[in-house]
Amino acid sequence: MYNQTEIIKDTSELGAEGELVINMGPQHPATHGVLHLVVTLNGETIKKIEPHLGYIHRSIEKMCESLTYRQFIYVTSRMDYLSSHINNLGCALLVEKGMQIEVPDRAKYIRVILSELTRIASHELWLGAMAMDLGAFTPFFYAFREREMITDIMEDTCGARLTMNYIVPGGLMYDIHPDFQKKVKAFITQFKSKVTEYEDLVTNNVIFQSRTKGVGILSAEDAISYGCTGPVARASGVSCDIRKIYPYEVYDKVEFDEVIETAGDSFARYIVRVKEMNQSIRIIEQLIDNIPEGDFVGKTKNVLKLPKGEFYTRVETARGEFGVYVVSEGGTTPHRIKFRSPGFSNLSALNHISVGSKIGDLMASMGTLDLVIPDIDR
Amino acid sequence: MFSLEGITTSVQDWLFMKFNPTMALAMECVIVILLSISLFAILGLVLVLMERKVAAHIQIRLGPNRVGPGGMFQTVADTLKLIMKEGLVPDMADKFLFNLAPFVVMMVGMLLLAPIAFAKNFQIWDINIGVLYISSVSSLSVIGILMAGWASNNKYSLLGAMRSGAQIVSYELSAGFAVLTIVVLTGSLQLSDIIKAQENGWWIFKGHIPALIAFVLYIIAVTAETNRAPFDLAEAESELTAGFHTEYSGMRFALFFLAEYINIFIVCAIGATLFFGGWMPLHIGHWESFNHIMDYIPSSVWFMGKTFFLIFLIMWFRWTFPRLRVDQLLNLEWKYLLPISLFNLLLVAIIAILGWHF
Repeated sequence: MYNQTEIIKDTSELGAEGELVINMGPQHPATHGVLHLVVTLNGETIKKIEPHLGYIHRSIEKMCESLTYRQFIYVTSRMDYLSSHINNLGCALLVEKGMQIEVPDRAKYIRVILSELTRIASHELWLGAMAMDLGAFTPFFYAFREREMITDIMEDTCGARLTMNYIVPGGLMYDIHPDFQKKVKAFITQFKSKVTEYEDLVTNNVIFQSRTKGVGILSAEDAISYGCTGPVARASGVSCDIRKIYPYEVYDKVEFDEVIETAGDSFARYIVRVKEMNQSIRIIEQLIDNIPEGDFVGKTKNVLKLPKGEFYTRVETARGEFGVYVVSEGGTTPHRIKFRSPGFSNLSALNHISVGSKIGDLMASMGTLDLVIPDIDR
Repeated sequence: MFSLEGITTSVQDWLFMKFNPTMALAMECVIVILLSISLFAILGLVLVLMERKVAAHIQIRLGPNRVGPGGMFQTVADTLKLIMKEGLVPDMADKFLFNLAPFVVMMVGMLLLAPIAFAKNFQIWDINIGVLYISSVSSLSVIGILMAGWASNNKYSLLGAMRSGAQIVSYELSAGFAVLTIVVLTGSLQLSDIIKAQENGWWIFKGHIPALIAFVLYIIAVTAETNRAPFDLAEAESELTAGFHTEYSGMRFALFFLAEYINIFIVCAIGATLFFGGWMPLHIGHWESFNHIMDYIPSSVWFMGKTFFLIFLIMWFRWTFPRLRVDQLLNLEWKYLLPISLFNLLLVAIIAILGWHF
């Protein structure tokens, strides 16, 4: 392991000559989408990273302004497509909060179970993709084996595997599939027996550890000042789990630990996510047998109109804090809407944590930031 | 009993009977060239398929299974596709070097086939400096890679080529020292002598722990030398898109691809020759009947079996480990492998002088 500050000093002494500017992306295997990084290199050492955004900007926020409060929820599935259910939940919570809609307990339980399943699915995909960034192809398939079970559950529940669109203001669109509980339990058993394989293949791998430990260190102060949230901030020792701080739905009724690591390096971010998967399993185990009977959707008016004013809700997605900010003029559509996406803030720390490291380290840092580009661009 | 030795001898006798010696020699050359080219093609097809099947089984999937029985002709289909593809040359590339590079890499592979003993007395060229020849020729391939990286006029290619240059030059040392331990034990550079010395047991068993260490060093070093994961920094898909062959397409790319597999075959064949006795069957002490049964297995089968076992080992590495970083790669060589191999060589020299090996 080398000392990062030493290398930073080293490069700053060199002039502009010998610089190599590389456009990583918008088509590049490691950016997982259309992220464009302009990387200034000195040999193999990174001097500066400048992310260029906008390649997949669809002006979702503007689109939402012309959609009703029932409709705009589903556009958010296309932002962070890996935790689409949680995005939808955030929007639905805002509408429910604004109009004081009572949500039946059954819907709350199912929403939380599916949120946690989404989180696991997202982390599984991240695990595979990050290992692939570091050059190990096999973990990808192992991670997808478990993820497949989750997407199957999703498909049974609402017909879609990725962009679920299962939530309506006041509850859920349909009731769960009769096999839901059985399948979720089967998944939990499978996951628990297979999670050791990741430990063997990835966590305890010497090469993996040497590639991630001490790489891309983000201090707690920097994490806060860059606005990092989610596993990225928690790996730096910042307690920021929305599920704990501002519990929504039934998170205040379940027992789970907020996973916090203090190292702030890529390995800590990796560990946080792996442990979070176990915590999610813990939450699901507590809820899955106790889904109350009753309605799956509360009574709502046909036309939803938010009262005049400003509304903000936040939820914890797989990547961090997802905030929905709506300014309402009292009409059927939002007057102005703004999404606070976790990926954007997390990306802003990339330059800070990678300067002075090697190109290979950039992959480790970028991989563990868990960027989803449509979430950054919106 | 089937043996390649018999076939070659009868062909040679027949040629020398029918034609004058110069003519016969020329015809033998042509036959050898044709054989080695076809060996190249067959090895490429087999190894690519093998890699995909091994990868598939490690990754809990089936692998190619559509073209032919069990996907056997998948690589044939791939080759056809690559032949029909347009071989694009970038606009600002150095066209001459760009076109030359794949052939340089390929040629090195072909040259390296010469001293390998495929079966008992079945060798193209039993040169008396065989091991030296191998280590000197194999280091030429880096020229082809540097050429490709430089001529492509692509920054990714350049970075990949430079990485590859640093890597191959460094790991050549460890590989060389590992090979030298066997040379010290045998006392000869000639491959046929090295094989003959293993008649009563392979060096990996006879050479005590130092031979085992040398074998491990050799496998690590040649994995790096052939640019295979976990040392595939020259290609490093997630970092440099495709490294030195980013700009290559069609048949030129296929040549690089083929050369990679041929190089794996060659280093594994040399590894099998040095440490596992080449075509020598497995003999255990005084188990006469067991040894006799082992003798019945043709020598070419022994050679190929050992070689493919080593190839499998290298493929296994690739699908298990993540990639090293460039500085870690060089640290590993210069700070760990090189001192160990130097010390190991000393140890082997002492063992050889005192005659402690079996």
